[in-house]
Amino acid sequence: MKLFSKNIEAIGAIILAIVWVSPLLFAFWAAFHSTSDAVNFNISSPWTLSNFQTAWVGAPWLQYFSNTFLLVTVILIGQFFVTTLAGFAFAQIQFPGRDFVFILVLMQLFILPEVLIVENYVMVSRLGLFDTILGVGMPYMASAFGIFLMRQAFKGIPKELHEAARVEGCTWLGILWRVYVPLARPTYIAYALVSVSTHWNNFLWPLIVTNSPETRPLTVGLSIFGAPENGVDISVISAATMMSVAPLLIAFLVFQKQFVQAFLRTGIK
Amino acid sequence: MSDIVANERRRQALYGWIMLSPAAILLTTFAFYPSLATFWTSLFSRETRRRPSEFKGIGNYTDLFADPTFLKVVTNNLIYAFSTIPISIIIALAMALWANSKIPARGFIRTAYFTPTVLPMIAAANLWLFFYTPGFGVLDQIGGFFGIPSINWLGQPQTALWSVIIVTIWKEAGFFMIFYLAALQTIPEDLKEAADIEGCSRWTYTRRVIIPLLMPTTLFIMVNALINSVKLIDHLFILTKGGPNDASKLVLYYIWEMAFAFFDAPHAAALTILVLAVLGVVAGIKFTILDKRTHYQ
Repeated sequence: MKLFSKNIEAIGAIILAIVWVSPLLFAFWAAFHSTSDAVNFNISSPWTLSNFQTAWVGAPWLQYFSNTFLLVTVILIGQFFVTTLAGFAFAQIQFPGRDFVFILVLMQLFILPEVLIVENYVMVSRLGLFDTILGVGMPYMASAFGIFLMRQAFKGIPKELHEAARVEGCTWLGILWRVYVPLARPTYIAYALVSVSTHWNNFLWPLIVTNSPETRPLTVGLSIFGAPENGVDISVISAATMMSVAPLLIAFLVFQKQFVQAFLRTGIK
Repeated sequence: MSDIVANERRRQALYGWIMLSPAAILLTTFAFYPSLATFWTSLFSRETRRRPSEFKGIGNYTDLFADPTFLKVVTNNLIYAFSTIPISIIIALAMALWANSKIPARGFIRTAYFTPTVLPMIAAANLWLFFYTPGFGVLDQIGGFFGIPSINWLGQPQTALWSVIIVTIWKEAGFFMIFYLAALQTIPEDLKEAADIEGCSRWTYTRRVIIPLLMPTTLFIMVNALINSVKLIDHLFILTKGGPNDASKLVLYYIWEMAFAFFDAPHAAALTILVLAVLGVVAGIKFTILDKRTHYQ
């Protein structure tokens, strides 16, 4: 009886797993077959790269890739800078008003940037950043979530190291740079993975503030390319989709453990 | 002596504020000020070429409540929230229990469950389009195999919202699984041994020991899922565009549409304020009730 129920569970788990990857597998299969073979599920039909060729010439993908790459890099650098300083201030420096400001920062966890699209659009235009990569990235740089994460990481660092560095004559910034930042490396890596995969995938805000191929990230490019008005067929859309998810997907499959650890580390605390 | 202490304290305060200033400036520019500006905008009428905008008080809000689309969109979003939240939590729990037990192909199973999390919502929508397309989509093909007539999943009001809901569940369940997996690893082995000695079945052990111990994780996931039910709307742009007849339109999509397709900023602002109010209530509940036992120190 026990063996039986165990097997049922294993089968259930595997079926769910197959169901879960099936959309990806179908798209993968469709991407490498002609449309008629793909929709008829002709198993023995020949594999082809022509969908990728059609998709590749249909949009400036290289430009989109480099835009997305630049965007996630700009956001990450900004986030590291802002959240390191703020996290350190909240964790290790005593000053009046600190706790009140921290509550304000926590509030931002619930004022989602996604909801404020209208006024943020006005703000970005006013700053002259409309249709720039900086404009897409800036609202995300002071992430309350990141500040909170860094504060937790810095609080966990033994006070003795701080004192020792001070006795050696280190300045505040020196202590932060030489003691805290290196010791918080695992948190930085985790935060980087989460940030990169979030912003690689972000869509609504970039859709609003970009207006040209020179700034448009992959997700927006993909949505324009696949729009029904363009009459692109399903195999070509699949090829384009595969192409745009490939870098992140391959990175995930290779560094799976680190990815999962990263999501855990940033989520639980 | 006290002079030195006072000096040091003043210096600390100065350093503290300098270090906070980049975050403070950015948060003010892109969160606090826009929130206030949104509220301000929501009190005025729309500026047109003929008429300047004028103070309207709560007029935009009363307009919303008289707008049938608004009521439809709110109902949709409630259905969206109250279906995606429990279903994805239950699936995530099952996934975690399975991915944590000793079953064959565990590595593949974990990867399969988690993969949708790293895909953009837009890409996910494209993948699912292949399933939903009438005539030659995967679902229709399977249905056709059993003699079921073709169904236009995305094109008819009865099924459009549910098609969108399924994609959301598919996308977020694997993400929530991770939190359960982490929590499962903190449950001590001896509880299982004790349960075995008592002759508990696996099912009883799961129901009476594991699930109660996972309660804090479940609450955490619930708050996240609730936020997602406001935020996750990207796939609408590909799958349904909120249609047919607003059948699958969600609040954030409606805000986008009002502001950037109909150029009606005041009503979009009023709706944004309502969403912020709901999120504020959720935040209040989280920080007062749910975090009572969590220490932010």
